[in-house]
Amino acid sequence: MSENAETGFAEALKRRIDPPVAIAFACVIVMLLLGSLYSSSFLSPEYLLQQLKVASFLGVIATGTMIVILLGQIDLSIPWVVAVGGMMSTAATGWGPVGHVIAIPFGIACGVALGLVNGFGVAYLRIPSMIITLAVNAVAQGLMVVHTGGFSPQDSSSPAMRTLATGELFFGLPNALIVWAVVGAGAIFLLNRTTFGRAVYGIGNRERAAYLSGIDTQRVVLIAFALAGGLSAFGGVLLAGYASKAAQAMGDAYLLPAIAAVVLGGASILGGRGSYLGTVAGVILITLLQSILSVVQMPEAGRQITYGIVIVAMLLLYGRESRAR
Amino acid sequence: MSDWRYLLAQNRATLLSVIFFVVMFAIYTSNHPAGFSANVVQTAANKGVLLALVAMAQTFVVITAGIDLSVGAVFVLTNCVASWIVVGTAASATLGVLGVLLTGLACGAVNGLIVIYGRLQPIVATIASGAVFFGLALLLRPVPGGDVYGPLADGLTGRIFGVLPASLVALGGVVLLVWIPYSRSAIGRATYAVGSSETAAYMSGVPVDVAKFCAYLLSGFVAALGGLFLTFVTYSGEASAANGNTYTLFSIAAVVLGGVSLFGGSGSAIGAIFGALMFRTIGDLLFVFNLDPLWQPLFQGLVLLAAVCVGSARVFQVRNRLELFP
Repeated sequence: MSENAETGFAEALKRRIDPPVAIAFACVIVMLLLGSLYSSSFLSPEYLLQQLKVASFLGVIATGTMIVILLGQIDLSIPWVVAVGGMMSTAATGWGPVGHVIAIPFGIACGVALGLVNGFGVAYLRIPSMIITLAVNAVAQGLMVVHTGGFSPQDSSSPAMRTLATGELFFGLPNALIVWAVVGAGAIFLLNRTTFGRAVYGIGNRERAAYLSGIDTQRVVLIAFALAGGLSAFGGVLLAGYASKAAQAMGDAYLLPAIAAVVLGGASILGGRGSYLGTVAGVILITLLQSILSVVQMPEAGRQITYGIVIVAMLLLYGRESRAR
Repeated sequence: MSDWRYLLAQNRATLLSVIFFVVMFAIYTSNHPAGFSANVVQTAANKGVLLALVAMAQTFVVITAGIDLSVGAVFVLTNCVASWIVVGTAASATLGVLGVLLTGLACGAVNGLIVIYGRLQPIVATIASGAVFFGLALLLRPVPGGDVYGPLADGLTGRIFGVLPASLVALGGVVLLVWIPYSRSAIGRATYAVGSSETAAYMSGVPVDVAKFCAYLLSGFVAALGGLFLTFVTYSGEASAANGNTYTLFSIAAVVLGGVSLFGGSGSAIGAIFGALMFRTIGDLLFVFNLDPLWQPLFQGLVLLAAVCVGSARVFQVRNRLELFP
């Protein structure tokens, strides 16, 4: 009897674990072991916590990217929406005591606004997401250039932003990591336990079928893009807090890693398939890869090459599309 | 229905982009302090041809319903390669040009192999391969520098008979020698078929894999032409990440403005070229109206946003809402 229960449990476990997610986590462990051959400090708790802290910025951004990718769309406006989040929150900080209070929500709200434009274009105007998000990215860039050049706003972040990104609340756990955990828990709940989340998966599989099943698909797409915009901007707020100032190009380095993290976590770029756990694995994998490459003092050129080859190799391992014939 | 009406319907998007470009360029030159002079046209042409070549490279892949996000990286990589090998005597420079073009073909082949035989989605595969190409460029040129064979560079960026910009003639040559023969060949038609519906193309006996591979190969080749031309314009090589990203993103914008469908199967490189020239003119329009250059990126972004929204007018003519969800 107990044996039965055990096999039942093993089977349930097998069903629950996605092969791509398992492989991605296995790669994380292999990478840590390889790193520990180079230096034993790779396995120290301090190093691991530091990595998780750095990973949480990418993690927050990738959460939004994942929701959009689950819809079968793509968000190329990440770079400047991240910058808008960082720059508008620091600008709000410069407005005095009230600004200090509203800095973080204001930064996020600006991201949501840009996300709404993206979502409106994709859902109601039926513009391919790749081109409308590109256009919004260009507009966001233009707005920020005018904003910094014309109004010379404050670019240093508020104490609250700094605490959120660099502080430690308890047990030496970085606040940024706690923020990511909260955002991640929210995303898991949203995707698995709400009608909105199930609708996102449904639309990713086939929007027409989802529409015929009575889902207001256009509203779901609009909200999903707004969420993604808000999360990108929140990532920007955290980054501005981490660096204690906001800069124009701060988001440039986050577009490709965010998409790569989601895809390495086993989500299909065509939509409808993927789990948040996979995205977590992907984010940690990317962060660790970047960290190890910089620790072994590989020059930037070698880093880019290894980075590209590792992504292709891992995708060839488990991310191949089936032959659709 | 007579032939010309059919042709007109088929090439409507390309024609529209040509008309838009001509109107914008007319506004631009008529407000330019120097007027419609050979100098103004030459400067605009040299800038426009760079983006036009990269947009043309993007078109090949977009027609197969794919996307090449590494096109900017190939452009930068070939620029760096050219700054090393297109130097010295006329003979060595010629060999160098061949080497640069081979580099582009190799990049295209790598993309094609990963996408077709690795069966990865083009968007992710080319993001990753783009990182590799950019890494190679950094390896070649950690700091900007290098040189280029002077007579060739001056000849191709100068003017013919003192009036006609040589870069435009070269671009026309590329269209005549690469795009026209390709789009009229069986393989060219096959890429359109693959872009419309890969399954249907396969069922009709179209060589799907060969057609897609050729598209990626040619994309790399034309991107290398762009990189070569960048070397002629700047007289040096630079592994600039910003340059690569900008050209990739602008090439997508140019392709869409030029009436090439991102869903594949329709549009032409000629449309994309005019889309690119149009996009460049938009950027320059502000200068002739004496507005603060600070506003240029915002203006460019808003025009792009408006342009992509105009294309969605059909949404409001749909009778059955189901047609919204293909």
